[in-house]
Amino acid sequence: MPDKEKKQGTNISRRSFLKGVGTGTVAATVAPSVLIGGEKAADAQEGDAVASATIQLNINGKPYQVEVEARTTLLTVLRDGIDTSGNNVDLTGAKLICDRGECGGCTVMADGNPVYACMMLAMDAQDKQITTVEGLADGDDLHPVQEAFIQHDALMCGFCTPGFVVSSAALLSENAKPTLEEIKVGLSGNTCRCGTYPFIFDAVKTASKKM
Amino acid sequence: MASWGEASESRLIGKRIPRLSGRDKVTGKAKYTFDINRPGMLYGRILRSEVAHANVVGVDLSEAEALPGVKAVIQIVEVGNKIRYQGQEIAAVAAETDDIAKDAIRLIRVDLEELPHVVTEADAMAEGAPQIRDDWTGNQSNPNVREEGDLAGGFAQAAVEVEATYHAPVQTHVCLETHGNVAEWEDEQNLTVWASTQGVFGVRNDLAGSFNLPANQVRVITEHMGGGFGSKFGPGVEGRRVAELARITGRPVKLMLTRKAEHLVAGNRPSMTQHVRAGATGDGRLIAYDMKGHGTGGISSGAGFQAPYVYHVPNRRTERVNVAVNVGNQRAMRAPGHPQGAFAMDSLMDELAEKLGMNPLEFRRINDTSEVRQAQYTLGAQEIGWHRRNSVPGAGKAVKKRGMGVGSGQWGGGGGRGTQARVTINSDGTVEAVTGTQDIGTGIRTAIAIIVAEEFGLAPTDIRVTVGDSGPGLPSGGSGGSQTTASVAPVIKTAAAAAKQKLFERIAPQLNAPVGDLRVGNRTIYVVSDRTKTIKWELATGQLGMDSISEGGEWDEELRQGGVAGTQFAEVEVDTETGAVRVIKIVAVQDCGLAINRLATESQINGGVIMGLGQALLEERFMDAQTGRMLNANLEDYKVPGTFEIPEIKSIVFDTHRKVTGVGEPPCIPTPGAIANAVYNAIGVRIRELPITPDKILTALAEKKA
Ligand code: FES
Ligand code: FES
Repeated sequence: MPDKEKKQGTNISRRSFLKGVGTGTVAATVAPSVLIGGEKAADAQEGDAVASATIQLNINGKPYQVEVEARTTLLTVLRDGIDTSGNNVDLTGAKLICDRGECGGCTVMADGNPVYACMMLAMDAQDKQITTVEGLADGDDLHPVQEAFIQHDALMCGFCTPGFVVSSAALLSENAKPTLEEIKVGLSGNTCRCGTYPFIFDAVKTASKKM
Repeated sequence: MASWGEASESRLIGKRIPRLSGRDKVTGKAKYTFDINRPGMLYGRILRSEVAHANVVGVDLSEAEALPGVKAVIQIVEVGNKIRYQGQEIAAVAAETDDIAKDAIRLIRVDLEELPHVVTEADAMAEGAPQIRDDWTGNQSNPNVREEGDLAGGFAQAAVEVEATYHAPVQTHVCLETHGNVAEWEDEQNLTVWASTQGVFGVRNDLAGSFNLPANQVRVITEHMGGGFGSKFGPGVEGRRVAELARITGRPVKLMLTRKAEHLVAGNRPSMTQHVRAGATGDGRLIAYDMKGHGTGGISSGAGFQAPYVYHVPNRRTERVNVAVNVGNQRAMRAPGHPQGAFAMDSLMDELAEKLGMNPLEFRRINDTSEVRQAQYTLGAQEIGWHRRNSVPGAGKAVKKRGMGVGSGQWGGGGGRGTQARVTINSDGTVEAVTGTQDIGTGIRTAIAIIVAEEFGLAPTDIRVTVGDSGPGLPSGGSGGSQTTASVAPVIKTAAAAAKQKLFERIAPQLNAPVGDLRVGNRTIYVVSDRTKTIKWELATGQLGMDSISEGGEWDEELRQGGVAGTQFAEVEVDTETGAVRVIKIVAVQDCGLAINRLATESQINGGVIMGLGQALLEERFMDAQTGRMLNANLEDYKVPGTFEIPEIKSIVFDTHRKVTGVGEPPCIPTPGAIANAVYNAIGVRIRELPITPDKILTALAEKKA
C-alpha cells in the first residue's frame, strides 16, 4: 500500500483511507472524487517475488508435493492445487463457503482432529495426517457416518454435507455415544442452509450404534 | 384416465427412499459447479463497488493487465454511467490462480464521483431525501390500491378492533454454493457452461441470445447445485462475463461469487412494513381490514407481500408501495411475499382473538374456509398438546416461560406444461430416464427413478437418471414456485407407461396373451390371468437387440393438483432475564398431495420450518445509513440457524389425495407467525418486528413493567 499511495499522490481520498482501515464511521459528506479498489495485496508487492516453497503434504495416506505461497491455505491446495508433476489434487469434497471459519463446509481432519481447511495454511499442514471426506471410506465400504447420512436423508443440496460428515466422524471418534446435546455441540461449527439438521442428528445417532 | 393408482398397489411411490445422489454427496464425489476443474482453467473475479451511489469518472485496467498471470481484464461499467448500489460490477479479471485474480482486481483503479445515497427505507421516505430513481417520485412507486366490500360498513359491525404495525426486515438467501459458472468454448461457435442454477434451459437461452449463438450450440450443465431458494435463475452478470472471459482467453474460466457478493447482489427477500386496522364481530368473524404498507426490493421494485392472508375478510382496503433504496435487487425467495404476510396476519389474528376473549384456534376455525386446514388444526393441536397452552399469556413468576402459537399458509405448486422427457429400455435390461429439469437439492432425480422403477417393477437404483443438462435437448422449466415435481412427474410417468406398453406389445405373442393382460413386477413380466406364464425382465428386453425402446411423455393434468394448505404449531421457552427464545417444538402439518418420496418430503418440511425459524428469530440484513454498505455481508454477523437453534420438528406429511403437488416453499410460511404467537403466549408482550431478538424482548418486558 505505501508505494501505491505515493504514486496516486493527492488522488487518495478519504474513502479509500477508510477502506484501508476498515472503519464504518464516515460522515455522509460527499467526496468529489472517490477511489476504490486501490489497495495492493499485502503479500504481492509489485516487483517482489512472492515467497513460495515446495512442500510435502500427506493427504488420505498419500504423499503430495505441491508448490505453495505463504498465504496458500490447505483448502486451496485440496481444491485447486496442482502437484509438482502437474496433476490436479482435485479433492473438491471440502467446500469454501464462508471463507472465515464460520460454516464448517471446509472441515477436514488433521491427525484425527477436525479443522477448518480455509483457516489452516498449507505450510502448517506439513507433518500432519490430513483426512478429507474422500478418505473416510475404506474402498467401497462407507464409513458408518456416511451410511447413516444416506439412510436418514441427512442431505438435500448436499453442499454442506462433506463438512458435516467429517465433523460427525470426528465427533464419534472422540465420543462414540453422544447425547443429542453433545451432537449439537459437536456439530455447532457447521452450517446447513437447506435445514437438514434433524436428520443429521438422527444419522449421527444411528452411526453411533455401529461404532 | 391416467392415475397414480391406489396406495396399496404402490411398491415405491409414497415410501421413504434414500436419494440416489446420497453416495456421491457423502463421499465428496458429487461435483458442483464450484468443484469443476477443467484442464487449463483460469479463475475469474469481479471488482465491485464499495460505494452505493456514484458517477463513474474513470476506470484504469492497465496495472491489473500488467500483473503476471493475468490473462484478461474486462470493464463492466461504462464511464459516465452510474453505480447504484454497493456490490455493483465494475470490472472482471481472469488469471492463472484465484490468488492472482484477487491481486489483480485490487490493481484496478476506479474514479468515482460519489452521489448522496439512501440505503434504509426511513431515509428513502424522509422529506428531502435524494431522488435515486428517475422514474419515481420521492423514491416511492405509485400506490397499489385494492378495495373489496364496504370498509366503513364493516368497521361499523365490528365489536373489537386492533390497530398495529408489523415489520419484517430484508433477508438474504444465503445459498451455501454461491452463484457462479465455469465457461468453456470448444470453438468460436460452441459454448459449454457449468452453472449453479435453478434453470439450465433458461441459462442456455439467455447465453445463446447474449452471444448470438443457435440455442443448440450452448450446453448448460448443473449436475449438483448447492442451494438457490429462488435466487438462481438466468446466468446473471457474472455468467455472461465469465463466458466473455473464456472467449477472450480461449481457456475455461471459473467464476464464483464471493460470500460477500452473494449477500450484496445475489438477491434478497424484500422487507415488509404494514400498518393495519382490523375488526371482528362479537361472534368472531373477521369483518373489516384496512392496510397501508410498504417494502423495499432494493433499487428495483418487487416488494410484494400477502395481506390479508389465508383468512377471509369481506370488507377490505389495501394500499402498498415499493420503496427504492441504493441496495442490490430482490429476487424471489422461498414463497415470495408469503412468510412475512403470514407473520403479520397470524399476529393480527391472535391480537383480535384476545380482544374477543376467544381461543385463537377457535377464532381461526371460524374464519378459515379451507377444509384441509380445518382438519390440520385438529391434528396439529393434538400433536403439540394445545390444551397445555397458557390460558393467561405471561402468567406466573418463573424466569423461563413457555408458550404456544399457531400459524397458517397456502401455496400453489401444481406444475405446468413445458417438460419433455424420454424413458429408454435397453436390450440389456437397463433403463434410462432423461429430462432437462435440475436437482437443486429437492430430490427430483430420485423421484424420477422411483416413478420409472415403480412402472417397471425394478429398483430405483436400476434407473439411470439424467437431469441438469441441456445437451440432450429435452427442455424443462426452471425449478421455482414449487412447480418441479408436479411438472416433471406426470411426463415421466406417461413416458414410462408408453415404454412399458411398447415392451408388452413385443412380448405378448410369446406369452400367448393379450397385451392388456401383461403386468410387470419384481423383475418379471407375467400374465395376470395365468401366473405360470412369465418371462424375466432381462430375457424380455434381451430380444430388443439394437432396437431399444425409447418413448416420450405428456404432461397430464389428471396426475397433479395445485393448491396446498399448511398449518404449524410452535412451543417456545422465553428466558425473561436474557430475552433468549428457545423453540422447543414445531408441529408442521403440510398438505402434500401424493408424496412421491416421503423421506425427501419430510426433509423439505424440516428445511422449510428451519428457514422460517431463521426468519422468526435471527435473520436481518443491516445497512449502514452513513456509508451505504451492508454491515453483515458474511456468515458470522448474518445469522442463519445452526445446531443449537434446532427444535424438535414433527413433520406431518398430510396426504389427502393421490395427485402430485410441490412442497418446496409452503413449509417455511407459517413458522414465523406461529413462533411470534408462541412468544406472546409465553411472556404476554407482543413483538411485532422480526426477527424476535433478545433486545426486543427485554425492551418490551421492561416497557410492560414500567
Ligand atoms: S469455508 Fe472454512 S469455515 Fe467456512
Ligand atoms: S444440504 Fe444444502 S446446505 Fe446443507
